[in-house]
Amino acid sequence: MESEALGWYGVPIAVLGGAIRVSTPFLFVSLGECLTERSGRINLGLEGVLVMGAMSGYAVSFLTGNAWVGVLVAGLAGMALGLLHGLVCSLARVSDIAVGIGLMLLGTGLAFFLGKPYVQPKAPTLPALHLGDWSASPQIQAALQINVLFLAGIALAIAMAWAFRATRWGLIVRMVGDSADAARAMGYPVAAVRTLCTAAGGFLAGVGGSFLSLYYPGSWNEGLSSGQGLMAVALVIFARWRPLACFWAALLFGGAGAIGPALQSVGVTGGYYLFNAAPYVLTLAIMIFTSSPNRTLAGAPGELSVTR
Amino acid sequence: MSHDLHNRSRRTALKTLAAGAAATAASPLWLPRAFAADFVVGVIYVGPKDDYGYSQAQAQAAAAIKKMPGVKVIEQEKVAETTDVQKVMASMIEEDGAKLVFPTSFGYFDPHMLKMAEKYPQVRFAHCGGLWTEGKHPKNTASYFGYIDECQYLNGVCAGHATKSKKLGFIAAKPIPQVLRNINAFTLGAKSVKPDITTQVIFTGDWLLPVKEAEAANSLIDQGVDVITMHVDSPKVVVETCERRGIHVCGYHADQSALAPKGYLTGAEWNWLTPYTTHVKDAMAGKPLNNFLRGGLKEGFVKPSPYGKAVSEGARKQADAIKAQMMKGDFAIFKGELKDNTGKVVVPAGTVHKQTDVVLEQMNWLVAGVIGKV
Repeated sequence: MESEALGWYGVPIAVLGGAIRVSTPFLFVSLGECLTERSGRINLGLEGVLVMGAMSGYAVSFLTGNAWVGVLVAGLAGMALGLLHGLVCSLARVSDIAVGIGLMLLGTGLAFFLGKPYVQPKAPTLPALHLGDWSASPQIQAALQINVLFLAGIALAIAMAWAFRATRWGLIVRMVGDSADAARAMGYPVAAVRTLCTAAGGFLAGVGGSFLSLYYPGSWNEGLSSGQGLMAVALVIFARWRPLACFWAALLFGGAGAIGPALQSVGVTGGYYLFNAAPYVLTLAIMIFTSSPNRTLAGAPGELSVTR
Repeated sequence: MSHDLHNRSRRTALKTLAAGAAATAASPLWLPRAFAADFVVGVIYVGPKDDYGYSQAQAQAAAAIKKMPGVKVIEQEKVAETTDVQKVMASMIEEDGAKLVFPTSFGYFDPHMLKMAEKYPQVRFAHCGGLWTEGKHPKNTASYFGYIDECQYLNGVCAGHATKSKKLGFIAAKPIPQVLRNINAFTLGAKSVKPDITTQVIFTGDWLLPVKEAEAANSLIDQGVDVITMHVDSPKVVVETCERRGIHVCGYHADQSALAPKGYLTGAEWNWLTPYTTHVKDAMAGKPLNNFLRGGLKEGFVKPSPYGKAVSEGARKQADAIKAQMMKGDFAIFKGELKDNTGKVVVPAGTVHKQTDVVLEQMNWLVAGVIGKV
């Protein structure tokens, strides 16, 4: 319990630890969104899906006493919302952006409504892997307390990158996303593929939400998500629709969120509003630097309604 | 004779009134929103009312006044400190017929509640925490608040005994006077045990930011802080994070000992029932509004949580002794000479601020020993 103060060395360690702790929801939501967008649709509603996942995961963990069941149910709740988005957008002349915004409001509203009785109870949370026990420093031990979901996220990012590149399924998703006409000519059901991709993306976003309520910060209340679901959508563009880049971008965003508190804890006390805004500033800066009026973004799926 | 006449005429008048009331009540065309007997009280919360914290403490008092005969309570939670709250107040007054409104969050006071008070001069407004000033603010507005810094001082005493690194942490939302007063009282309490203790402050920027609060707690712990307390709306996340990292924590707003059975020392809790009852009773009896209602431990506005297992015998003794003095009303937390953390004298030698001093409610400095900037 007694620990030496680290002073300024504490800042990078805190940012590293923060990056690992805070990045997992970003990672899952952005991987889910990456899959959806690769198939040619945008689901802006993942913020609502994330909050719904956080609530349902916490509630189920509390009711069953098993946090992993909570994660599963969070994923299924997210999948249901994703499926809804996918099906509605399969109708003719429906804007996926508008449906996404509707879904965001529906998801958060529903979660707040159903989640009322679970704000107070204390649900079992997910265990951590202690990967830092080789170190004598309690700070490093704490920073390297890693949740299994984080590792699962890394594995998933690698698997997705491989699948997009080297499997038949990946090829179908990419083709549907790049040219619906080509996919139709080859005989693939465009709407069905997109709906499945959106549902799967919803599943991942729901799991990302359960990380918030079941591991870090590990409690459910209505202020739990401060726009992580929305930022993750921006992050996919930043990562140029590449799953592995999504992982690095998620780490970067997580670390940016940890800068504010970390600097204040070593006594840099001025300008904390600015440091606290770091992730949002980063989102904005990325959007500005990556956009151009003359061309679509490199790597953007051809069927995306925003790039078409 | 004249007395008798007067009596009779009053009785007749009452009879007429009663008949009128009965007639209107019987009329199917006129459906009253609230029965004439019901005195409608509106309560507005900034957060969810079951947040283990600030709004919950207010809601507990609201739940208790609900049981008073003839009182109807309407509530709305998660109302932002913007023009939203004006709309909520207006609808409570116009739609539900509220005669007394409790806007419970600090940011509701100026300009939102003041504007509404001018628009509805017949309605009473009782705000939590604002600094009501004679002549400056409308007569139908009032503020109530508790001297919770007394409990934060006791938190500080327990923290001072428990700390080994002599570094304490304070996670705060915004640098407003009440928050600064708590930070200072906590630090002074700790310094009364070990004078070289420091308190590291982190401002998160808003009342409810769970991820940032958890990050703040982790950063402080990484810097060797071994006791943390807070002034945020929902301390649940901070308390749980401290317990997980194995350090001590002092609670705030409500009793959080169930969340940290090992590390919980004690906590500063509200007991809002006292001011709520006063305002409701006064309004129902038609007594003038008590514009400035304050109280501490002695008046039953605040209370400390029961001591946790980790509080040593010595700490208990010292804290109990100070608490006894506070209950008698002869303990001053802010007495000269006090310097702020830039070295400026803020309370000159010889000056003793009583808890009721409004100067304390305008606090804009951090006492020596606090690391942080307003």
